[in-house]
Amino acid sequence: MTIFDISTTGRRATAQAPLNIANVDDLIPKALQRSQETILPEVSELEVVRHYTRLSQKNFSIDTHFYPLGSCTMKYNPRGAHHAASMPGFKQRHPLAPLVYSQGYLSCIYELQEFIKDVTGMKGVSLTPMAGAQGEFAGVAMIKAYHLSRGDFVRDEIIVPSAAHGTNPATAVMCGFKVKEIPVKSDGDVDLEALKQVVTERTAGIMLTNPSTCGVFERDIETISKMIHKAGGLLYYDGANLNAILGRVKPGDMGFDVMHLNLHKTFATPHGGGGPGSGPVAVGERLLPFLPTPIVGKQHQSEKVTYYWLTEKDIPQSIGRLSAFMGNAGILLRAYAYSLLLGRDGMHEVAEFSTLNANYLLKRLEQAGFKIAYPTRRASHEFLISFSREAKEYKVSAMDVAKRLLDYGFHAPTTYFPLLVPECFLIEPTETESKEIIDAFVEAMINILDEIKSNADIVKKAPHSLPVKRLDDVKAVKELDVRWESGKNS
Amino acid sequence: MGMIPAELKYAKTHEWVRTEDDGTVTVGITDHAQHALGDIVYVDLPEVGDTLKAGQEAGVVESVKAASDIYAPISGEVIAVNDELADNPEMINNDPYTGGWIFKLKPLDVNELDDIQDSDVYKEWCESGDH
Amino acid sequence: MAFIPHTQQDIAAMLATIGVDSIDQLFDEIPEALRAGILTHVPEEMSEMDVLRLMSDRAASDANVSSFIGAGAYEHHIPSAVWDIATRGEFMTAYTPYQAEASQGTLQLIYEFQSMMTQLTGLDVANASLYDGATALAEAILMAARYNKRFAGKKVLLPRNIHPHYLQTVKTIVAHQGIELAEIDFSATTGQIDLACLAQFKPDDVLAVVIAQPNFFGVMEDVDAMTDWAKSHNALVIGVVNPTSLAALKPPGQWGTEGADIAVGEGQPLGVPVASGGPYFGFMCAKQALVRQMPGRIVGRTTDLDGKEGYTLTLQAREQHIRRGKATSNICTNQGLTVTAATIYLSLLGLEGLKRVANDCVVKTHQLVSELTKLPGVELLFNSPYFHECALRLPVDGHVIQQKMQEKCITPGLNLQPYFPEFGNALLLCVTETKTDADLSCYVDAFKACLK
Repeated sequence: MTIFDISTTGRRATAQAPLNIANVDDLIPKALQRSQETILPEVSELEVVRHYTRLSQKNFSIDTHFYPLGSCTMKYNPRGAHHAASMPGFKQRHPLAPLVYSQGYLSCIYELQEFIKDVTGMKGVSLTPMAGAQGEFAGVAMIKAYHLSRGDFVRDEIIVPSAAHGTNPATAVMCGFKVKEIPVKSDGDVDLEALKQVVTERTAGIMLTNPSTCGVFERDIETISKMIHKAGGLLYYDGANLNAILGRVKPGDMGFDVMHLNLHKTFATPHGGGGPGSGPVAVGERLLPFLPTPIVGKQHQSEKVTYYWLTEKDIPQSIGRLSAFMGNAGILLRAYAYSLLLGRDGMHEVAEFSTLNANYLLKRLEQAGFKIAYPTRRASHEFLISFSREAKEYKVSAMDVAKRLLDYGFHAPTTYFPLLVPECFLIEPTETESKEIIDAFVEAMINILDEIKSNADIVKKAPHSLPVKRLDDVKAVKELDVRWESGKNS
Repeated sequence: MGMIPAELKYAKTHEWVRTEDDGTVTVGITDHAQHALGDIVYVDLPEVGDTLKAGQEAGVVESVKAASDIYAPISGEVIAVNDELADNPEMINNDPYTGGWIFKLKPLDVNELDDIQDSDVYKEWCESGDH
Repeated sequence: MAFIPHTQQDIAAMLATIGVDSIDQLFDEIPEALRAGILTHVPEEMSEMDVLRLMSDRAASDANVSSFIGAGAYEHHIPSAVWDIATRGEFMTAYTPYQAEASQGTLQLIYEFQSMMTQLTGLDVANASLYDGATALAEAILMAARYNKRFAGKKVLLPRNIHPHYLQTVKTIVAHQGIELAEIDFSATTGQIDLACLAQFKPDDVLAVVIAQPNFFGVMEDVDAMTDWAKSHNALVIGVVNPTSLAALKPPGQWGTEGADIAVGEGQPLGVPVASGGPYFGFMCAKQALVRQMPGRIVGRTTDLDGKEGYTLTLQAREQHIRRGKATSNICTNQGLTVTAATIYLSLLGLEGLKRVANDCVVKTHQLVSELTKLPGVELLFNSPYFHECALRLPVDGHVIQQKMQEKCITPGLNLQPYFPEFGNALLLCVTETKTDADLSCYVDAFKACLK
């Protein structure tokens, strides 16, 4: 039942709009006025509150469920950070407010820039990208701008490992590059021989996630860095997995020239059902002139410190602006508050305990008979298991197991990513989950393994206890229904 | 593996090629390929009049959770496309070698056909690994 | 502290299971040279109480201003229920609804959102949102180019009366696709797109025309004439619209004889606070024929194994996680949380409520402008009808007015000088339903004092 289906002609939430309707006939030319009646719901305030409260109850969320979604870092989102960012002064501040009404906000943002420089080992930061993918775009566009500024016009290729996030090749293409994919070896590290083959004078750069999406630390990173730099290319660090090494390894020290962070992962800002995220970019010396605008600067005038905006006037070689104002400001404030709550030691603990939880969960699953994709390696903050055996013997897929986990009250891990491991789960427990929760998850996995062997149908037809059963996604494409219409079957 | 009719030729990218009596060639995707993709929900067709080089992208076949490019197995001019696939893309699943044909080419160089695999080679190639 | 629940006993037991002596040992695959020391620029940890105090003080220093700036972010009343519900943990801390069965709440809400946006814009399909209005415009231009594969040599016409930051964002994002952007002038007297500037373009020269309604100056364009011109030149029409205004103005789907093809805009006015510029959301609607070229997530209604209705992400083969390098965009976000707020907002207001808000803004803006233009040297910059924003020519520097009115805690509007130096002293102001008659009187009094 949609909100449209409970609509009743003439009903209104009367407290929520001006009491009278002003006449604008003299102010808006007749030809420009709306004549078409729009069908928006006509409902009371209570009906709205009930409808959306009930909808919310159909969701899994971090606040209600364990959410071991690999490469997504679904850790606890501290309420304190949310409250800090929701102070009236922050919420009411207009993005184009004069500087005098902006010093509180700008001081937080400036300090966040400094924190990020510290944890990444980079020289400059722009907080404006609104998500990881936009951070990637900014980073790759900067790589392009760097080469062009040196009169180096032949570099038209970006190297990406086959296990990379889909955004990496998509971003390279958006920036006008060709993508060269390289394979990953059976131990999870990049195939250096294959890399050697594709590194040429046309190499603009390489995009890497480290620890990689295979859930292991790329041990040859120093060699890769030397190889790419020697060829005149630059290294891009996809910060999706920064949680694994936060405070312990700085991407700048690994030789990366540019990177993005996912504040909605590493800095615990809420995912909001698919966004907003935030994807700041950090750069080394060489790319400083190309950072996207605006950036917050700090100046000392006599005794007084003031903060101000750096724009394209100050950074003339900047790749430019990426949003109407400056990114997802409220998310930045949450990340700032989170950083203060953690402090420098807390940042180290993030890496330590997310790694501890992952390795513990890996060992427990291995002992329980699950197939570990890279059994000789340490897990980073996440790891891969494969159901290829179960798929072959019992015709049960990783997706079936994922759906069955929902019945047990656990959100499924990431399935079928990366593609190079067949029938896989990418599992990331994060540091904020307790041993008890992880143990309970292991119990559920063991139960499901038993079910696969004794009663595979219950797994194949899962879930059984959710608001809906498995959905027909073929029908969803073929009989495309993307909006409610009056009279349409519901 | 699926059906691999002996009279057709096969590209490594899983297109089949049938040489018609009038010298034109018809192209589709193999039973193996349709099976790997799953329920096909959309086909992006080339345009009649396009000139394609061997190996050039000619269109896209989409299932719910995958999308696969279709490549021209040999060079030629597109002289017909299977418009019925717009409404019934599942014809590729149901009938990959006849009703599910995708486009027809007028070859620029028929010798290019010699570079494409015969059915037994394609069968072996499919069996040899996870293609 | 990093919100870690582990006791010493837990740690010992876990290390024993793994078979290592210390947590440090878990990092033994990382080359020694790469291990970092202590962080120097991150302070020591603080308690929640201390963090809230610090940020409350900073927020307070930015607060209590009566702001009359619009320029892409609009202060409206936000019903209390909107964020009470949107910030329920089940909405706020859920991930992208890839596991449909465990995400029916978010998915149905997005379906309702898509339905509302298609209703407001008069178009066939909507996506689940993009980052903001500026990036939505950039994505719309990329989408138009994909739709019209043979766009080489054709231009996208961008009028200089769209938001200057949108123009800059578009340039950054579409820079690498070989799309030619042609800026077109507006009339210095009307503020509208100058139809005379269009005469230079022949049919088939143009890929798409961007039309903002209302435009950056609050001026209403002759959208029918513009759309018909574009259609007669085989160009797509991309409307950039304010969602509040759609309750009062003709929807893009009905512009001209054929309607606009794509409508995008900033969703912030629908229940999202101005909050320093984000998070907001960009909306995008289009005609059915363009749906496969749309970027971003789309939710569809379908049925489950029992034939029961349910919702799922659909047309996913367009997206980066499947199409990788050939995706319609690299985007893998929709601004889910702000979309949640907007959907609740639109449900609470309905068309009637939204129309009351829109009309109130229009009337109050005209009320203030008519008071100000009585003052010597203050006049309308353009002679066209305007919506809830208006550009004024001033007898003194806009920056000086701004500084003087700060003493009364009023931000009088946006100083246009840095953006359009050709206007001389000029101000862009906006009045929404949140301002009372008393607020307007204070404004006029403070403004008069500046002119003395």
